[in-house]
Amino acid sequence: MARFFPQNGLPCLMPSSPFDSVRQVFRSVAATVVPEAVRLDEQGWTELEQIIAQALESRPAGLRRQLALFVRALDLLPVFRYGRTFQGLDAARRNAFLLGIQDAPLLLLRRGFWGLRTLIFMGYYGREEGRAETGYRADPRGWEAPR
Amino acid sequence: MIERQYDVVIVGSGAGGGTVAEELGGLARDGKKVLVLEKGPRFADSEFDGRELSMAPSLYAEEGGFLTAEGTMTLAFGSAYGGSTVVYTGTSMQPPERVIRGWGVPGLDFSDLESRARKYAEENGVHLLPPDLLNENNRLFVEGCEKAGYKAEQFPINVRGCKGSSLCNLGCPNAAKQGTHRVQLPAAERAGVEVVTRAEALRIEERAILVRVQEKKPGSKGLPSEWAPGEYRIKAGAIVLAGSAIGTPALLLRSNLPGLSKRVGEGFTCHPAHILAAEHARPITNDVGHPKSFFLDRSVEEGFLLETCMYFPFTTAKNLAGFGAPHSKLMHAFPRLQMILVLACDKAVPGNRVAVDRTGKPVVHYRFTPEVVASLIRATRASARIFFAAGAQRVHAPSADPPLLERDEAPAIDERIHGRHFKEGKISVSAAHLMGGCGMGSGPSDSVTDSYGRVHGIPWLRVADASLFPDSLEINPYLTIMALAGRAAGKLLEDKAWQ
Ligand SMILES: Cc1cc2nc3c(=O)[nH]c(=O)nc-3n(C[C@H](O)[C@H](O)[C@H](O)COP(=O)(O)OP(=O)(O)OC[C@H]3O[C@@H](n4cnc5c(N)ncnc54)[C@H](O)[C@@H]3O)c2cc1C
Repeated sequence: MARFFPQNGLPCLMPSSPFDSVRQVFRSVAATVVPEAVRLDEQGWTELEQIIAQALESRPAGLRRQLALFVRALDLLPVFRYGRTFQGLDAARRNAFLLGIQDAPLLLLRRGFWGLRTLIFMGYYGREEGRAETGYRADPRGWEAPR
Repeated sequence: MIERQYDVVIVGSGAGGGTVAEELGGLARDGKKVLVLEKGPRFADSEFDGRELSMAPSLYAEEGGFLTAEGTMTLAFGSAYGGSTVVYTGTSMQPPERVIRGWGVPGLDFSDLESRARKYAEENGVHLLPPDLLNENNRLFVEGCEKAGYKAEQFPINVRGCKGSSLCNLGCPNAAKQGTHRVQLPAAERAGVEVVTRAEALRIEERAILVRVQEKKPGSKGLPSEWAPGEYRIKAGAIVLAGSAIGTPALLLRSNLPGLSKRVGEGFTCHPAHILAAEHARPITNDVGHPKSFFLDRSVEEGFLLETCMYFPFTTAKNLAGFGAPHSKLMHAFPRLQMILVLACDKAVPGNRVAVDRTGKPVVHYRFTPEVVASLIRATRASARIFFAAGAQRVHAPSADPPLLERDEAPAIDERIHGRHFKEGKISVSAAHLMGGCGMGSGPSDSVTDSYGRVHGIPWLRVADASLFPDSLEINPYLTIMALAGRAAGKLLEDKAWQ
């Protein structure tokens, strides 16, 4: 395992991402959830994925497997509607497909998507750059911080 | 297994446990052995860096991602020296007379509770923030309320030397917030009470507790435990449970004590909440200054509370409904966002309860009643009116589809924000006011304890935390929890039965 320096600056061993086996699908879902993610370079993606991996490290292995399965299902499900996998869809159809999943009659699908989008937001806005892009400026010095 | 013996052991060091520890300081000074066991770590002041992804996982149970069994609501509660008071916002409300009397707990004297709450408010330096320290996020709420026909009230808060970092919920980086980790626990330790962190009570036996002390993980925040890692069996004259509305019922359910009321875990409420955001045309001061200075109490009339709030980018992103370009656009308008937290005053109903799974871990079952959904919808509509009245250009309402309402849609608020869009699992609901599970009452058939937190039928066992609430408090709870814990400690000192 490689060494990884997370947000707290303390070195630790790099946990493996639950999405290693479905990396490309995961990235295309993530870039639909946060469109700015298309601009991430390899290092940016790695950081995003590592934040998620770190958060899931203490969770049961079963949950990590379920997440990977859910991402795989997201790739395959559009075949029934559009005749193509998620990765084969254009941006508008990817968006429309995920809107459908978010609104699905089945609670399990809605919950799965809610969980996945939460992780993607954590990975994207948990990065220093992602946070800075929003214009968020909270500072421990409060009113005394230069603005 | 290492054996130890104490006169009194307190489980948990939050609003309830910290208060009991301070109140039992006199016992410790008199040479009795008093111990606090806290599952979470103790933090050095320098560790509070205000960063969302380094603080939240360190301070909150399940890294802030504790989900109900139904997977439709996130529950936020702290696990640290000081419990949730390390991450609370410090808004300090007196017990509401209407609610306390409405609980109808025999022997629960409102004036006693009130005077105790006042004592802790004073001890914690509770005051109103001067007007020059209010940020625009708060001022716009007051202005919006006025224009929309409501009267906002100012929250008394418990900060000393607040610099306005706005980072209260990540643990104040300036040691300004007066939680039990700043006031009651240090006072207790000065009196001789021993506090052991990273020490989880696994099970209660007859006048004894089984405890596991965890090692500090390399690279993690927090100080190592005061005791060597391992398993302990601690004998005690009396045991006071203050592990929160989740931790205390879960511990009792794991323990299977003979004679315990079947009501353990029942009566859980939590003020289910939405975070709402609205976009203004110009930047406002929102991520600087105390985040929660005003509220609107509509509990009696409409079953909800509105509070000002400001959250961090990931928390905000997860709580806004939807995804893609509209979500992103709002996120990138952060300096122009005004935020309101809407809280439903839920009621204790059968089925909403704390249980434990096969491994003894707490599981919370919670279904949104039609009344809770209706309260959240009314609260969201009221907030939308307040946002627009304050000049917002667009309002983000999770129970609207699509969730963004433009200014020219203001006349259609009631139609656009509607219960039919409240789809569980699609929209984010979270809660931080966890209450009930060991409710007070008259006997084991209707409750777990009496009005002093004495567990029915077990004289050496007491409860002193938010789990005592027989129903929701309908306002921010920490001062009421401290008052109840103070009462429980007072009675413990008076009683001879356990000694
Ligand atoms: C983000 C946030 C903001 C809030 N803001 C406000 C506010 O502004 N005003 C207000 O009035 N209220 C607020 N609250 C609520 C308030 O903090 C809680 O209601 C209150 O702290 C609960 O007190 P408690 O003693 O029941 O539990 P807690 O304060 O949660 O303390 C329980 C402690 O027990 C420990 N514990 C649990 N089980 C065990 C075990 N088996 N062994 C050992 N230790 C154990 C836990 O680790 C924890 O540290 C807020 C809460 C949160 C999460």
